[in-house]
Amino acid sequence: MSFTIATSLDEALASIAAGARPIAGGSDLVVGARQGKFDLPAELVAIDRIESLATIDVGADETSIGSGVTHSRLMEDGVIVDNFTAIADAAALVGSPSTRNVGTIGGNVMNSSPAMDTGAPLVVLGAEAELTTSSGRRRVGLDELWTGPGQHSAAADELCTALLLPNRPANSGSAYVRLEYRRAMEIAVVGAAAAITLDGDNIDSIRVALTAVAPTIIEVAGLDSLVGRPLDDASLAEIAEAASGQATPISDLRASDAYRRHTIGVMARRAAEAAARRASGETIAVPVNRALGIGAAS
Amino acid sequence: MSDKHAIQLTVNGVPYDVTVDQSQNLSGALRNGTGLTGTKEGCDDCECGACMVLLDGSPVNSCSYLAVQAQGRDITTVEGLADGDDLHPLQRNILEHGGVQCGFCTPGMLMSARALLDRNPNPSNEEIRIGLSGNLCRCTGYARILEAVEATAVELG
Repeated sequence: MSFTIATSLDEALASIAAGARPIAGGSDLVVGARQGKFDLPAELVAIDRIESLATIDVGADETSIGSGVTHSRLMEDGVIVDNFTAIADAAALVGSPSTRNVGTIGGNVMNSSPAMDTGAPLVVLGAEAELTTSSGRRRVGLDELWTGPGQHSAAADELCTALLLPNRPANSGSAYVRLEYRRAMEIAVVGAAAAITLDGDNIDSIRVALTAVAPTIIEVAGLDSLVGRPLDDASLAEIAEAASGQATPISDLRASDAYRRHTIGVMARRAAEAAARRASGETIAVPVNRALGIGAAS
Repeated sequence: MSDKHAIQLTVNGVPYDVTVDQSQNLSGALRNGTGLTGTKEGCDDCECGACMVLLDGSPVNSCSYLAVQAQGRDITTVEGLADGDDLHPLQRNILEHGGVQCGFCTPGMLMSARALLDRNPNPSNEEIRIGLSGNLCRCTGYARILEAVEATAVELG
């Protein structure tokens, strides 16, 4: 048994190479262990005091979000709210203030839940995960990283150190909406993220990704036909139909598969509408769920 | 190797030397290791908020936070609110407004409210609801707790 509090990335990577599991806020690891889902790993290295993992760096071409950035920060950080708004929408919906204070984007990504809130926003914003070992680092697309519910393709000695996002062109907007039955401590029934760039009134690019309707977060395929067209009722109907058609949801205590298949279309449509409104310069406060009135009345 | 760890926890400004298992949660270490039993453990699943403490000023569910990971952090528990026999205005107001019935959720409610007001001295009703959204109460129906927080914000103005 060992527990180390790392203060540098090199120290953490050495511990991980020697077999330790990283722990940031512990909001998945400790909760899961206490629920009896698995034993708490015997060798742990705390990575929540490594300053270099808690930075958001805006470069010329891309923005790096350190894996240790908490949800509390993501929902309020100016860079994220202004440029990668769907991530802020998602972070603001995670758990409660205390969950958001300890939970990190790196932990959310590597926990690899198909119901994770930051996943669909990262996908539509073109994010790659930076995986680092003592001997080097690589970038991996999220579709390659996530291999199933709670499963990912990273090696045991690789630490997710950042999420790398291409900077957004002008006239872009993004949004994440989630179907929820209550406004706190909720897990997505279904959710959808959209990122849209406009050319005048027409769509220049559009990506839509879906939460909790497949073994992993999935991106909706076949939306290229919308490019050059306005986001009108016909376009929105196509997005909803594609989302519902490509979803392969399960039934569980939160919803039936049929309900999920229907509502994911509604959520995809609402996400696209909100993303387009933001792309056209309208400010919709984070999280967009509140502006749209989704969730139980307060 | 033993899984026992001799650690020091700084609670309400006072250092406590405690020995804990690696898997010991912070709420248990506080209650059994320091004798400060104000922090309650309800769901043990990060859902109910009865165990809320502040770590470096931010609310954290201590039931699901490892005690060993709290080393070097400033921990504030409900015992750290009052000044001797003088209750913190949040404590006084939650009593005067009838926001306490069985009392089990109260320490956690107070800590979330304290963190909220430290960060946002003039919260809207909606902001108070969000600030307390990780705390469940089975008795009061919440309205009187919200009134107590609003009254405290006005009082501390």
